[in-house]
Amino acid sequence: MTVQSTTPAPGAVTPAPAAIVTRTKPPKLTWTSGSIGISLVVWGLALLYALPIVWFLLSSFKPGSELFRYPLTMFPDNWTVSGYTTAWTRFNFARYFTNTATAAVVTTLFTVIVSAATGYAFAKYKAWWLKVFFVCILATTMLPTEVIMPSTFVVIRDLGLYDTLAGIIVPSIMTATGTFMFRQYFKTVPDELMEAARIDGASELRIFASIMLPLARPIAITLAIFSFHWRWNDYIWPLLVLKDQKLYTLQVALRSIVGADNIDWSVLLSASVISLVPMVVIFLVFQRYIMNADMNAGLKD
Amino acid sequence: MSTTVASRRKPTAQLVREHLTPLVFTITTMVLFAIFFVWPGSLGLFYSFTSYRGVGTPKVVGLENYVTLFGDADFYKALLRTFLYTVLAVPIHYVVPLFIAVLLVSKHMRGATAARVVFFFPWLISPIVVGIIWRWMFGESFGFVNYVLQLLQLPTARWQSDGNLALFVMLLAGTWGGTAFTMLLFIAALKNIPRSYYEAASIDGASEWRQFWSITLPLLRPTSFLVVLLGTIGAMKEFALIQTLNDGGPGTENVLMVQYIYKTGFEYARIGYASAASMVLMLILMVIAIIQMRIDNRGSDQG
Repeated sequence: MTVQSTTPAPGAVTPAPAAIVTRTKPPKLTWTSGSIGISLVVWGLALLYALPIVWFLLSSFKPGSELFRYPLTMFPDNWTVSGYTTAWTRFNFARYFTNTATAAVVTTLFTVIVSAATGYAFAKYKAWWLKVFFVCILATTMLPTEVIMPSTFVVIRDLGLYDTLAGIIVPSIMTATGTFMFRQYFKTVPDELMEAARIDGASELRIFASIMLPLARPIAITLAIFSFHWRWNDYIWPLLVLKDQKLYTLQVALRSIVGADNIDWSVLLSASVISLVPMVVIFLVFQRYIMNADMNAGLKD
Repeated sequence: MSTTVASRRKPTAQLVREHLTPLVFTITTMVLFAIFFVWPGSLGLFYSFTSYRGVGTPKVVGLENYVTLFGDADFYKALLRTFLYTVLAVPIHYVVPLFIAVLLVSKHMRGATAARVVFFFPWLISPIVVGIIWRWMFGESFGFVNYVLQLLQLPTARWQSDGNLALFVMLLAGTWGGTAFTMLLFIAALKNIPRSYYEAASIDGASEWRQFWSITLPLLRPTSFLVVLLGTIGAMKEFALIQTLNDGGPGTENVLMVQYIYKTGFEYARIGYASAASMVLMLILMVIAIIQMRIDNRGSDQG
């Protein structure tokens, strides 16, 4: 019952095909008092939104002695990357970076494959237990890991996953959002396609692997971006699972610098900026997929 | 004879196609679901009735944890603070992205694409780093904000040592980090509203303000529901952001529920007790979700 009412929500937000509506620009750009007013308000807000990140970025290029020197200056007097080199080498961020990348990439590969198969089954097969299981998957969006941390920790420990990278990879493979995305997409693919392939003698697995999966390429890419984003920025699983500092991911490592008695701001600023680089690159490359993504329930994992 | 074979064989093939094939497709998800949701969920429920401390065999103590919990001042403090944070955060996390989205899709807006990228940028940043960025902005003796206040000859504020101001910074940081995603949801929904509705309304002489209240807002209903529901759950389990922003400080003033559970469960190794707190939080989340869905259902019946 709980879930029935959520089901319409994802579709209602944006049906898949409509998501890629391109913005039709007005033919002529005329400046009226209304357009000046609204543009000013929006751009003023945009500046406010940009300010913290600009200030943060510029600060990361200041030498330690300038960070707290009054009067504060927007730009560094002496530009330096010493914070970056210290973070990368002495504070081991090269290692944390590799750990995070490994976990994020491996999880993402599994997430896409597993979500595609599960979403396909939900969309194209009619067994009664599939409906029950679908409701269960929906319920996981209501029951985040944060809420059952203590027992989750025990499960991880009893499975022998404690303090391994596998311990942050395996539990993160299944996501309700990924499953929904594929389910919604495969529902739009006509059943006749399957029927025709069946008549041609293709097995069910073959139909999925060589017809359906290639069709769903855009969804796979979108989910891959989202999954990488969730995993790269995840804090809760690495916090629960990792104890050995050598296995730390960036988020846990950053938290450990903040947790120190005296925060080394110079390293902290640079290390934080380093941690942003992959996501910024992905954004620049895949902007189209991210900004036009078919927004579904629970995309925030 | 041959007919019986045929009629027997057909159901088998059907059985394979209807049940075995989807089982092959979903088995991985099922196993993961069982191990990482059902198991911890039921184990948590069991532990909440024990005095388990992470080692040895859990000893069943009945309702003791719950009784202690309801007399625990720290628990109430965390719960109330979480409610306060949620009650303040949800409306802000709803109104600000909506405001931005409406202006961005407005026909009066110039440079909307570039502005959208600026608003979207914080989405790329993890809650941990969002916390660090705002901690850096609001440092009491070295922060940008206090420095600007000083320049303007205004009194500086104790952003970190005053509990309520620290909560205010949490709200700011949370809104900043959360705007992007919600804004995209709203933009997608806004673009799906047929233009003809607005054209008809303006022919009838409805002002843009009136059009917003009578056309836009009602048609955004499904999205609004989603945003409020996700926002409530998100605020109730806020954790990573606070870990780096103020670590629940000053003192323990801004320790929210998840941090409370984490502290009791891991720093004090009281798994049983923390599980009881977990179950209470889970119950609250379920009640909130059900109430919101009820409201949503009732509303759509009327509409």
